[in-house]
Amino acid sequence: MNHFGMPATAAELFLLGAICVILLVDVFLSDRNRWVSYALSLLAIAGAAFMTISHPATQRLSVFDGMFIGDPMGDVLKLFTYGTVAASFLYSRDYLARRGLFKGEYFILGLVALLGIMVLIAAGNLLTVYLGLELLSLALYALVAFDRDSGIAAESAMKYFVLGAISSGALLYGFSIVYGVTGTLQLDELAVAVREVGPNNMGLVFALAFIIVGIAFKFGAVPFHMWIPDIYHGAPTPVTLFIGAAPKVASFILAIRVLAEGMDAMLPTWQGMLIALSVLSMVLGNVVAIAQTNLKRMLAYSTISHVGFILLGVLAGTTDGYRAAMYYTMVYVIMSVGSFGVILALSREGFEADQLDDYKGLARKSPWFAAVMLMLMFSLAGVPPFVGFWAKLAVIGAVLNVDLWWLAAVAVVLSVVGAFYYLRVVKLMYFDEPADTVGVQAGGTVRTVLSLNGLAVLALGIFPSVLIDVCARVLP
Amino acid sequence: MLALGDRAIAAGRWIALLTTAITFGISTLLYVNFDSTTAQMQFVEEHTWISFLSAMYSLGVDGISMPLIILTAFVTPLVVIAGWTVIEKRPAQYYAAFLILEGLMIGVFASLDALLFYVMWEAMLIPMFIIIGIWGGPRRVYATMKFFLYTFLGSVLMLVSLIYMYLQTCDGGQCSYAIADFQRLPLGMNEQLFIFISFMAAFAVKVPMWPVHTWLPDAHVEAPTGGSVILAAIMLKMGGYGFLRFALPITPDASSKLDWLVISLSLIAVVYIGFVAIVQKDMKKLIAYSSVAHMGFVTLGAFLVFQLLSVNGDVRGAAMGIDGAMVQMISHGLVSGAMFFCVGVLYDRVHSREISAYGGVVNKMPIFAAFAVLFAMANAGVPATSGFVGEFLVIIASFRADFWFAFLAAITLILGAAYTLWLVKRVIFGPVANEHVAALTDLNGREFIVLGLLALAVLALGLWPAPLLDVMRPTVENLVQQITASKL
Repeated sequence: MNHFGMPATAAELFLLGAICVILLVDVFLSDRNRWVSYALSLLAIAGAAFMTISHPATQRLSVFDGMFIGDPMGDVLKLFTYGTVAASFLYSRDYLARRGLFKGEYFILGLVALLGIMVLIAAGNLLTVYLGLELLSLALYALVAFDRDSGIAAESAMKYFVLGAISSGALLYGFSIVYGVTGTLQLDELAVAVREVGPNNMGLVFALAFIIVGIAFKFGAVPFHMWIPDIYHGAPTPVTLFIGAAPKVASFILAIRVLAEGMDAMLPTWQGMLIALSVLSMVLGNVVAIAQTNLKRMLAYSTISHVGFILLGVLAGTTDGYRAAMYYTMVYVIMSVGSFGVILALSREGFEADQLDDYKGLARKSPWFAAVMLMLMFSLAGVPPFVGFWAKLAVIGAVLNVDLWWLAAVAVVLSVVGAFYYLRVVKLMYFDEPADTVGVQAGGTVRTVLSLNGLAVLALGIFPSVLIDVCARVLP
Repeated sequence: MLALGDRAIAAGRWIALLTTAITFGISTLLYVNFDSTTAQMQFVEEHTWISFLSAMYSLGVDGISMPLIILTAFVTPLVVIAGWTVIEKRPAQYYAAFLILEGLMIGVFASLDALLFYVMWEAMLIPMFIIIGIWGGPRRVYATMKFFLYTFLGSVLMLVSLIYMYLQTCDGGQCSYAIADFQRLPLGMNEQLFIFISFMAAFAVKVPMWPVHTWLPDAHVEAPTGGSVILAAIMLKMGGYGFLRFALPITPDASSKLDWLVISLSLIAVVYIGFVAIVQKDMKKLIAYSSVAHMGFVTLGAFLVFQLLSVNGDVRGAAMGIDGAMVQMISHGLVSGAMFFCVGVLYDRVHSREISAYGGVVNKMPIFAAFAVLFAMANAGVPATSGFVGEFLVIIASFRADFWFAFLAAITLILGAAYTLWLVKRVIFGPVANEHVAALTDLNGREFIVLGLLALAVLALGLWPAPLLDVMRPTVENLVQQITASKL
């Protein structure tokens, strides 16, 4: 074991250094030269990616007395998160610049959130888990309030902060009881200790309830979903895009590290809790989304329903299920980034493009972007040949594999309910006549990234083995 | 095609026509080179698609799928020709949608892998959704949403079953989505019942069987002519094909146990929907209901098998029922497609589908009237047309099973004649009804080619069905054997 631990943590350390440098550089930049921070942030992500690739974890290794671990799954998720955060930055630049929000803080806070996710991914100890989670959450609270002249953003941030703090408290309380019962915070030791104490130990079950509350909140699963619609709606669209993407990876890894690695012996207990959360999320998300007229809010409810599907994979409690959940998370993030990317691409001076009616007749004004949105919507609805179908297939297969066939039936029927509101967007774009004739004014970067994003949804759907094989390799 | 856009419409049309025509040319090679002595899959093409799920990209045809593929390839170019000048709104997207659709439909019939089949089956909904939604009539949005959600709901339940069977095939870590493996899979009665019901959900909606047929009249009425033709001619056949390829061989015992359900639903469709068709005021709606009634024959023919086998072990009769179902599918594909083309011809001129808006069309459009009467005869099942062969085979098979089945099924001959001939009488014959009809002009060259080709096919199949029956024989016999062998 390498107690020094430098190679394993190279990416995190590099990113931390880069954040400090950008923070200092940004202070001395005039608004005209603000692009330097933007470029440096992208470079920092590229550097971190290089570090991760050049120090791959071929097997599970742990440093700093087990506080910090590296494994192939973590590497893949880190690389995926770099891509997501970079895409968020690329999408956001035009929008921010147009609204006078093009400030260094956005990128710095984004990088801090990224660092939080990386720490969480590499957590081998409940304390590290909490550290990463708080690093991420605090950065996100600030990001939501980032447009300080917007009242609704400030309100959302406040709401997010209060609810987030409560849920973090619940999580921490759960961790402390776990420590009280088992005497350890180390995840691998915890797994052994839980078996010794017995999974039906009252204290542990009590702790588990609090931990599940914390996890469900971070995911946004019903009944801990209240913050999602308001924050998605209230935050500036680039921030919504950011929150809707990378943090989902964090929620997934949080569930995996704590539940699947630390408390796997308590599977029957947390499986029951997650089934309830999952079914409620799918029902409420899909049904309430139908009533929305604001696209950001509709996508917020759609997120809630997709969280239900991710939880399906987790609650299966098998490697098969974790793999499916990981695949679903990655696929969902790709689709979510794309859908908010479309909103960003269509927005212009004084026009947010966040009402459903803003999409009327888009196929006339911009056939290509309408086609991209069409692919994203059908993919979110889980219609083949788009990638969203394979994600659904994977989780439903995992659930059937543990003989929860009724749950699979409920899930597929609810996905039909969900198809309705995605189809409505397609209907608005293709079947209705445009209300105005103003074309799309997106810049070249946004157009390129969005096109690639849309094509990825199609290509990964036709050749699903690309992404499935990656998940299969890291979770054999 | 999409890249070309609406700037070069003429070029786009020719590309679409050439592509579909060449596809048809290639598909006839399937027939020419088909070995009709074996029930094995032929022209098999196999590549690994998703190694982790051991899903294969595997295509192949046998006696059941080959005629349906040729039907698809035959009808699509006609749709392209029919839309030549009629489609003025975004024609490039229109043709592109049909080309994508054709590829997917052929894929559905040719897939040997259940996952591939499912992907094609669902993906097909997307272009159809767009076709009805953009180029459809006034209530198109309602119709297309209903169409999509209805079929989507049916298919997702089938997906659960497919995954379940996939997990059952797992043997030493090697699972398989191959349809052939599913057919060999031993399944208990309860499993079979669940799987069969989920298949029913998917295929009965598609066929469509009473009482889940309600999407069809809406979709047919609102779809553009080309969309109606494809829906009636090909998409409905997928339900029947699904029964023959999946439900019967994979769950023979459940099918046998629940055959009364399917048979009674089919008979209700044949008789009750026949009555419903009589009272329709809209031509497209009438043809849509007649489609439901005719497809009732397909499901009836397919499920009579169990009655025949259990009553007197009549293997020949069973094969005859399935033969009848197949011929009926092909024939209905041609006839209903042709009827929708006829309505399209009138609609392009008068812009009304109401029966009462017409009358005395024969005075102004004699050639058209000749075609219309021919197709109406075929729809009513008059001998020497393809409609007769299929219905006759099914009725004979049902005589062998039970007199009352045959009696009810035969009622349709009367009902079919009643609603189609009455339609013809009101629209085609009589004095010229109004100035719109007086202003009609007869068929132009394009329309003549489309209807002429269909008429040839209808007559050929009616007079000499042997080439079709011959290629199907080994496959059908093999299918009957599979059905007879209980899995319990």
